[in-house]
Amino acid sequence: MPISMFLQHLANAISLGSLYSLVAIGYTMVYGILRLINFAHGDLLMLAAYVVYYGQGIFHLPWLISIVVSILITTGLGIVVERSAYRPLRDSPRTTILISAIGVSFLIENLGLVLFGGRPQPFPLPRFLDTGSATQIGSIAIENITFAIPVVTLLLLYALLYIINKTKTGMAMRAVARDFDTARLMGIDVNWIVAATFALGSALAAVGGIMWSMKFPQINPLMGMMPGMKCFIAAVFGGIGNVSGAVVGGFILGVAEIMIVAFLPAISGYRDAFAFIILIGTLLLRPTGLIGEKVGEKV
Amino acid sequence: MELSRTLGRRALVLLGIILVVAWANGDLKLIGIPGWGSYTVRIINLCAINAVLAMSMNLVNGFTGQFSLGHAGFMALGAYVTALLTISPATKEMLFFMVPLWKPLQNLTLPFAPVLVLSGLVTGLFSLVVGVPALRLRGDYLGIATLGFAEIIRLVLQNVRRLTNGALGLKGVPPVVNLWWTLGAAALTYFALRNLLASSYGRAFKSIRENETAAQAMGIDLFKHKLLSFFISSFLAGVGGGLLASLLTTIDPVMFKFPLTFQVLLIVVLGGMGSLSGSVLAAAIVTYLMEFLRIVEEPHYLSFMTIRGIPGLRMVIFSLALVMVVIFYPRGLMGDNEITLAGTGALLKKLLPKRRVAA
Repeated sequence: MPISMFLQHLANAISLGSLYSLVAIGYTMVYGILRLINFAHGDLLMLAAYVVYYGQGIFHLPWLISIVVSILITTGLGIVVERSAYRPLRDSPRTTILISAIGVSFLIENLGLVLFGGRPQPFPLPRFLDTGSATQIGSIAIENITFAIPVVTLLLLYALLYIINKTKTGMAMRAVARDFDTARLMGIDVNWIVAATFALGSALAAVGGIMWSMKFPQINPLMGMMPGMKCFIAAVFGGIGNVSGAVVGGFILGVAEIMIVAFLPAISGYRDAFAFIILIGTLLLRPTGLIGEKVGEKV
Repeated sequence: MELSRTLGRRALVLLGIILVVAWANGDLKLIGIPGWGSYTVRIINLCAINAVLAMSMNLVNGFTGQFSLGHAGFMALGAYVTALLTISPATKEMLFFMVPLWKPLQNLTLPFAPVLVLSGLVTGLFSLVVGVPALRLRGDYLGIATLGFAEIIRLVLQNVRRLTNGALGLKGVPPVVNLWWTLGAAALTYFALRNLLASSYGRAFKSIRENETAAQAMGIDLFKHKLLSFFISSFLAGVGGGLLASLLTTIDPVMFKFPLTFQVLLIVVLGGMGSLSGSVLAAAIVTYLMEFLRIVEEPHYLSFMTIRGIPGLRMVIFSLALVMVVIFYPRGLMGDNEITLAGTGALLKKLLPKRRVAA
């Protein structure tokens, strides 16, 4: 493989890895606090993309505003999902909440099919990201969005780590993740913290969804399903409940996926299976993930 | 005396059921009695197959308490085994025009009954391959791992074109199934599982569900019992997949995505995790509603106006129903109770106005 080709793949791999990281953070934060696989998280990606699509197509909003509106609406929906489908079940067995989460995911997907129609739509691109706007470096051409994604991801990650580590809300989040009941006894408003966690995760998912649609500018109501699943796998791979783990896991998963398809085109049909193999391998060999800490079994 | 009377009564009930099925199936046409409409029969067939699938999922998810989401993958295996062993050689030659079928399978066709058992066995065997690593996991991790295995099975079926014809799928599966097959399979499944659950194995399953640590302390081999439950469940899923393949006559890998598992899960949760008769009841209700609610997706032309149908609305209703049931009525229709003849009798006695017995 010529070096220019490899660099091209590498650039794509890095931007896909960044996208996975961004969405995986949402999974890992929710799992850290509620021990719940938020199946509906992936579908927020789709929702964010459609809000931008309609914001521009019908309401003719300027670019930046449509993105802000989309993030706000997606964040709101994330909170609504938690409030209506997860909070009433907080004391139920974990599989019950999981079934509820699966139900919500299907509800959002099928509502999407009803409201937006099943036909894939072209995602509108701003001029500076148009398909013709590639940057030429030597003999390789890289689309601008491929550069933008890792940069935006890094900025958001920095902001998130600041919130988690330096603010009072972040400290409360960490406390709730460590011990739900004790945190409550210490006077932390647990409901508020859970809502805040969902809000942060959903906002990141919204940004992820919008950038995903810029990179792969075809949107449909089921587009969130596979990326959602893979990002959860990335979170498990990195060590669930751990934000840096999710970032590392998402990054490795994205890079590995692109590289496997690039170097072994014969097995590219199994591209989606690869993530699941990583998942099963992780769960069996090192269930705490790459940088997860050991959680003791409670009797 | 008492025994022979009960036996006689049971024989009478059985004869009645056989007559009704024979009539519905159209077997009495020979003596001039028409059968039920083919549309109705098709829905009953679907009900029965869904009942088999739901009961088999309930065995693992409801009775053994292991949250598995791999049903669609196992159904796919059963469906493909059935299809490959029943499609005629001529049709196979036509289907595999891109890549020829693996030689030994080309001319191999077997009668339906052994094929169905074989589908179950092959699926069961695969379930051991999946179960040995996966069943070490618990709770939601098990769910997501089995989901992953199901997706891997589906992707393999989609990519091994010499065996499965890839994304094109298989057409022309002989439509052998009728009410005898489907209702028979449902009845067999019901009675087999009922007896299994009443046996020491069944009680071990339930004790694992209630408390794994306690069950282990009582000397129950957790892994062996989980694997057994998983094997039986997958066997039945394979049989269900085979029946479905023969009913639909066309299968392809896209059919067996996660939404199929979702549909079975919906039935199990609605009927009650841990109730066989609940699964049967819910299978009938959900299957019927799936058909009935087609009216909301189709346009209606009245003389003065047209009501536009909304495609996809059915699944919105069903996923909403699932969330509602889980939140407000987590026990489902039956909880972990069963419908029994004695129970029905008692209920009827309670509901019907009391008759004064003349002294």
